[in-house]
Amino acid sequence: MPESTNVEHIMEKYGGDREALVEILRDVSHAAGYVSPEALATIAQRLGLPQSQVYSVASFYSLISLEPPGKHVIRFCQDAPCHVAGGREIWETLERELGIPFGATTPDGAWTLLTTSCIGACSVGPVMMVDDEIYGNLTPARVREILAQVGGGV
Amino acid sequence: MIRATILVSGDPQSLGRGADEVKLAIEAELSFYGLENEVEVGFGGGVTRIDMLPTVSIYPEGVIYGPVKPADGTFIVEEHLYKGRVVEHLLLPPDALVSGQLASLPAGKEGKQYAEKRVLLRRVGVVDPYSIEDYVAHDGYFALGQALTTMTPAQVLNVVRESGLQGRGGAGFPTGLKWSFVASRAEETKYVVCNADESEPGTFKDRMILEGDPHAVLEGMALAGYAVGAHEGWIYIRGEYVLSKERLEQAIHQAEELGVLGDDIMGSGFSFHIHVHAGAGAYVCGEETALLESMEGKRGTPRIRPPYPTVNGYRGLPTVVNNVETLANVPPILLNGAAWYRTLGTKSSPGTKLYTVMGDVNITGLIEVPMGITLREVVDIYAGGMKDGRAFKCAQTGGASGSIIPAALLDTPMDFSSMAEKGAALGSGALLICGEDTDVVDLAYTLVRFFKSESCGKCVPCRVGTAQMLEALDRLRQGYARSADLARLEQIAQYAREASFCGLGQAAPVPILTGLRFFREEFEARLRA
Repeated sequence: MPESTNVEHIMEKYGGDREALVEILRDVSHAAGYVSPEALATIAQRLGLPQSQVYSVASFYSLISLEPPGKHVIRFCQDAPCHVAGGREIWETLERELGIPFGATTPDGAWTLLTTSCIGACSVGPVMMVDDEIYGNLTPARVREILAQVGGGV
Repeated sequence: MIRATILVSGDPQSLGRGADEVKLAIEAELSFYGLENEVEVGFGGGVTRIDMLPTVSIYPEGVIYGPVKPADGTFIVEEHLYKGRVVEHLLLPPDALVSGQLASLPAGKEGKQYAEKRVLLRRVGVVDPYSIEDYVAHDGYFALGQALTTMTPAQVLNVVRESGLQGRGGAGFPTGLKWSFVASRAEETKYVVCNADESEPGTFKDRMILEGDPHAVLEGMALAGYAVGAHEGWIYIRGEYVLSKERLEQAIHQAEELGVLGDDIMGSGFSFHIHVHAGAGAYVCGEETALLESMEGKRGTPRIRPPYPTVNGYRGLPTVVNNVETLANVPPILLNGAAWYRTLGTKSSPGTKLYTVMGDVNITGLIEVPMGITLREVVDIYAGGMKDGRAFKCAQTGGASGSIIPAALLDTPMDFSSMAEKGAALGSGALLICGEDTDVVDLAYTLVRFFKSESCGKCVPCRVGTAQMLEALDRLRQGYARSADLARLEQIAQYAREASFCGLGQAAPVPILTGLRFFREEFEARLRA
């Protein structure tokens, strides 16, 4: 489906409601992986808002991406409960295995490595989300296994 | 014809422990025996201690198995549903079950698992969250029906005020008082907003209610609406809580079809509509005015208070903003009365409290206990003691915005005022228990890092303060800081505490300030000579 159709479709769901701006941006970001400059312009125009305002809202929220992400997105929980459960070691393993720091995408576009705040699965920490799946009780060996398993299809 | 219903616990803790695979195994085995049209399978909430998850409950017998592995699921289908025999060795041990009795906590009796007091969680894991019939069969919408047909709005408000219910979002503000501010406003349009932006690290209590018993929140909101004169309610839910949102939307749809929400509820003439608004990932939106900004389609930056939302809330109109747990307290209060509610908990903080217990303890997870239980009781009794015989060093209460508290406060009753007297905060109810080998400086660093990344950037003390505090802590952590740096860190922390615009910035320095108050020698030990 061409991206413009996608954006139009999502906008239709919310009507022309400016109050729904955050929800529209999140849905577009989720559907297309990110909010492209073209999508942003369309949303601004349809809601009758300046693009600067739409950009300022889009850049505020962590679930709205303005950059195209890698094929798989890892969101690692960096909060205290996971940290106490051995999070630092997992953090280092992820950076080492993928060869990129947090916030970056691998040069081949396969992985984006992000942090997230608490996803409410603290009793199985440390925890990360790979795309929409939650993985808990992580160890460095388990991380390598998951990366191989998920990345196998790349 | 459906003769049995199987509920697999489907909360995030259970899913992390393989609940999905268990459900798949059960479904596969059911179709192997040709039972798929006789037995329905669904996800429920978590019914017990985390270490007993996932559970499989079979109704109408009410038999509960746990913890269940996929192979056990296959076996349960074959034995229980096909051959009709209860699988004794997989049953949930009785001491892990909820008795509904008030926990009695005599000192010195070790090794005994006490029952929790479940008021808010009494239906979680017991009813199918996708079934309004289940909810109604467990007293659901009875409080609302009673209120609408036999009580005036002022009477409803009065019961809530007399119950002494305090907001469970962290601050403990009296709920009845908040409602009365909105009820007394003359505006024709008012709103009830449920704050379901649960983002405090280590807190997942609201999620358990939303996913396990969504109708309880809807009923609480409708009662709030009736009491204050609002006809529209909004649930602002964290963007990450996809499953909660789905269950809420389904519940709203069912409630409207049944006529317990919507226009002219139960023929009483009172109308109340509820909408769900999902966030997009911003911790600061848990702050009520930032939440309202976000609901209006803007950046989630806080507004100046006063005016409070009770006067100038959503769309500039009087608005009640209550936490999920607070609202879930309302139906049982109306059903059983204020006097009953006051038999639970302490004098200043009646009722029960949900805690999420994590860290270096044997049993982690969600518990519901009367207000006023001490941290020692939580650790020794409900959490099964410290892991590997480690000594207790400190606890981090209330998520990131709470305090680091030392062993000296283990016997302080946990309610809003007793904790505040000791300079600590109860907060959201997250209890991160840390053993003797915990590095307090590192813990403070992790907490401040969280605030730095979540600062909305609106005010300088928070935006710049969190960055400077983090930098100073990092230097300290790595052994580069001198004593002047530590003094400066403390000063910046105090400035941020006093001068920040909203609760986020005011909370950000708390890990440093409480860390220094109780563990100063550990900070000093890191200084460069």
